[in-house]
Amino acid sequence: MKFAVIVFPGSNCDIDMYHAVKDELGAEAEYVWHDAENLDEYDGILLPGGFSYGDYLRSGAVARFSNVMKEVVKAAEAGKPVLGVCNGFQILLEAGLLPGAMRRNDSLKFICRTVELKVENNETMFSSAYEKNEVINIPIAHGEGNYYCDESALAKLKANNQIVFTYNGINPNGSLEDIAGIINEKGNVLGMMPHPERAVDELLGGADGLKLFRSIVKQWREAHVVKL
Amino acid sequence: MYKVKVFVTLRESVLDPQGTVVKNSLHSMNYNEVSDVRIGKYMELTVEKSGRPVEEAVKEMCERLLANVVIEDYRFEIEEAVAQ
Repeated sequence: MKFAVIVFPGSNCDIDMYHAVKDELGAEAEYVWHDAENLDEYDGILLPGGFSYGDYLRSGAVARFSNVMKEVVKAAEAGKPVLGVCNGFQILLEAGLLPGAMRRNDSLKFICRTVELKVENNETMFSSAYEKNEVINIPIAHGEGNYYCDESALAKLKANNQIVFTYNGINPNGSLEDIAGIINEKGNVLGMMPHPERAVDELLGGADGLKLFRSIVKQWREAHVVKL
Repeated sequence: MYKVKVFVTLRESVLDPQGTVVKNSLHSMNYNEVSDVRIGKYMELTVEKSGRPVEEAVKEMCERLLANVVIEDYRFEIEEAVAQ
């Protein structure tokens, strides 16, 4: 399985993302610059965290119009797994691939620490390696992670089981319904504020994020296995 | 040529954490008559005349980029400017 790690001017978690899938899982991965015209050769798309275009105007608002995003939309429509973490999540929201928007954290502070997440839905291609309701430790690092959507969008998220991760116990940013990560209706686009790519090695404080990447690779292998 | 002033604020239904902090700060300074503060963005665009009505073009710019209509409201004022 070959991943594209999309790099925007201002991305700063791209190397961690690459490390997670390439070094920890042994999958193929390549950095792809924001002006790329084609993503056909990749099986999965990773939008890393950071501050694309300096977060000018709104987080993700400018990146959403970059060349590569047309291709990301195409990949999403084709059913390929698309994961957006932190700024990547914000870009997916701005692009309309996921519903809702981000507000500033209710504390107005940039928060950088490890938090507990609860796996609300483990029947997705991103979370199948977790147990349902499993509590995992994943770092967060954001100033605008206060997820918001209107009531009808929230009702839809709930009805379709699209809330994949919630903050467990303490909600660090004030997000609606403690939402930390959501998936699209089709189930192949996940956006989350916490950084699973920063939790892939016990040596660095925890490896709870690895199962997320393992889930993606597992699903892809099962879908592409050649039956003899 | 037009000078366009665009104002973007969080929707009434969306809590504005910055505005709340500023309101509390004003209250602590004894400006208790302030009942609400909403913080927004102000943008000035200089727009050349084109075949398209300027209102229509600016509205589209607001909807597509300048505001995120999921959480933000926008309004704009258009003034005809004389080229220097």
